[in-house]
Amino acid sequence: MSRNASSNSVVGRKKVNKISWFQQNQETAVDSLSRLMVEPGSSFLTWSVIGIALALPVCLLLFLQNLQQLNRSLDQAGNISLFMDIAISEAALENNRREIEAMEEVLTVTAISAETALVEFQATSGLGNVLENLDENPLPPVLVVTPAETALGSLPVLAGELDARPDVEYVQVDLEWVQRLFAIIGFAERLAAGLALLLGLGVILAVGNTVRLAIENRRDEILVMKLVGGTDAYVARPFLYTGIWYGIGGGLISILLVLIVFLFLSGPLSQLLTLYGSDYSLAGISVSNALLLLVTAGGLGFIGACVTVIRQLKNIEPA
Amino acid sequence: MIKFDSVSKRYPGGHEALLNLGFDLGAGEFAFLTGHSGAGKSTLLKLVMCMEKASGGQVIVNGKNLNRLSRRQLPYFRRNIGVVFQDHQLLFDRSVFDNVALPLLVAGYSNEDAARRVRAALDKVGLLKKENQNPIALSGGEQQRVGIARAVVNKPVLLLADEPTGNLDPELSAEIMDLFEQFNQVGTSVLIATHDRGLIDRNKHRVLTLEKGRLADSEDAA
Repeated sequence: MSRNASSNSVVGRKKVNKISWFQQNQETAVDSLSRLMVEPGSSFLTWSVIGIALALPVCLLLFLQNLQQLNRSLDQAGNISLFMDIAISEAALENNRREIEAMEEVLTVTAISAETALVEFQATSGLGNVLENLDENPLPPVLVVTPAETALGSLPVLAGELDARPDVEYVQVDLEWVQRLFAIIGFAERLAAGLALLLGLGVILAVGNTVRLAIENRRDEILVMKLVGGTDAYVARPFLYTGIWYGIGGGLISILLVLIVFLFLSGPLSQLLTLYGSDYSLAGISVSNALLLLVTAGGLGFIGACVTVIRQLKNIEPA
Repeated sequence: MIKFDSVSKRYPGGHEALLNLGFDLGAGEFAFLTGHSGAGKSTLLKLVMCMEKASGGQVIVNGKNLNRLSRRQLPYFRRNIGVVFQDHQLLFDRSVFDNVALPLLVAGYSNEDAARRVRAALDKVGLLKKENQNPIALSGGEQQRVGIARAVVNKPVLLLADEPTGNLDPELSAEIMDLFEQFNQVGTSVLIATHDRGLIDRNKHRVLTLEKGRLADSEDAA
């Protein structure tokens, strides 16, 4: 409205080239970043605070991710072993196998005959010579039941049902510790989520407070800008970019911290896993997750700046 | 250009700064606003700038009724008004050039256009050679001229000045007044608040005299 309204002025007005909104933003973004670089010490301090606050939940989440992956690589632990009557015929064993496999809660059933079990046991137990001296095979045939995923919550019930079958001598559920682990992981995930929420809030407040100081430092400039016709958006923009840059800088530092932590842990951990016979290697932060972390950090910085800018700039009015 | 229609301004606490004030300043007119300290000069200028809102009556500036001006429209309204402050309101963290460029950058001018206009304005006030200096290194008179360059760089339709010659000796005052005359001659309306009687007597223009928030008399230019 302003430009048209003033066209009645006698003062000559040539048409001027206005720069685009995008260009304005670009210039402001660069200017905000260079302002942070002018005081690298205090900027780095803020970045570190944000970086540590973000690295903590990220490390915890990555640790849990690894734990779950490790658990998946040990999936045979989720099975129920049915030790059958030692005198059971092969036909009856196959019968049992098919009947159990038909159950809704069961995914697959593998039959291990007494002979196969013996060969396996000889190979892996280191008692080969002792076993060879036995007259007859002391091992019963075994049915290895892999429960359907839906049944994982009610394994004791399934185990009870299977135990009730006449040909089953003994039921061994390998899953109890897995279930406990799942419960612990579930709890830790909640903990990590809660921690992430709290620390995210902390990041917003930290950026908000830093931006508040930046606004106070540029109070005179804001007053003059408002006097010469700067819109609220124009005045707010540099501070919003400051918030985003604080967030992104903090995000970079948190990625660096996570990398250091994983480097620090991976040596001893792989040693530990080797002792347990696993060749599992620690998965660090992926590129896409690192990018996600950066975007999240920038977003948190933006929110922190927004909250402060909206509250603060209203109070700075020329009078 | 400026129209006050029975305007009152009461500050919180009950102080009546302006009482039932009415006057009209036409487009292209040059007028002095005078009166003792506390007579309401600053309040009147603040109402014109929409830094304060009237408690009663209508203020119409550049065709806009300021009572109905929204917060969103305010910046665009201000871009058509140049203001020269007694204390200059310059920013000492940047050069003379950047100070003068501020109204243009705020309005989204491209750097080339802004530079062209800033140099023209600085040339007008005779400070082109000092564009790269920090205003803190300039004398009071020069700082005032930077303030004037900033006020006119956007080619406003209305130029307001609050005691623009307050701290200057008569010779510098005359130079500053000469600048205002020049802007007036190309069509800009000018309203200057001052209590400097000599200044008013030397320049024959309309005078609005405020006394305790009321208009005392309106002497017309000879």
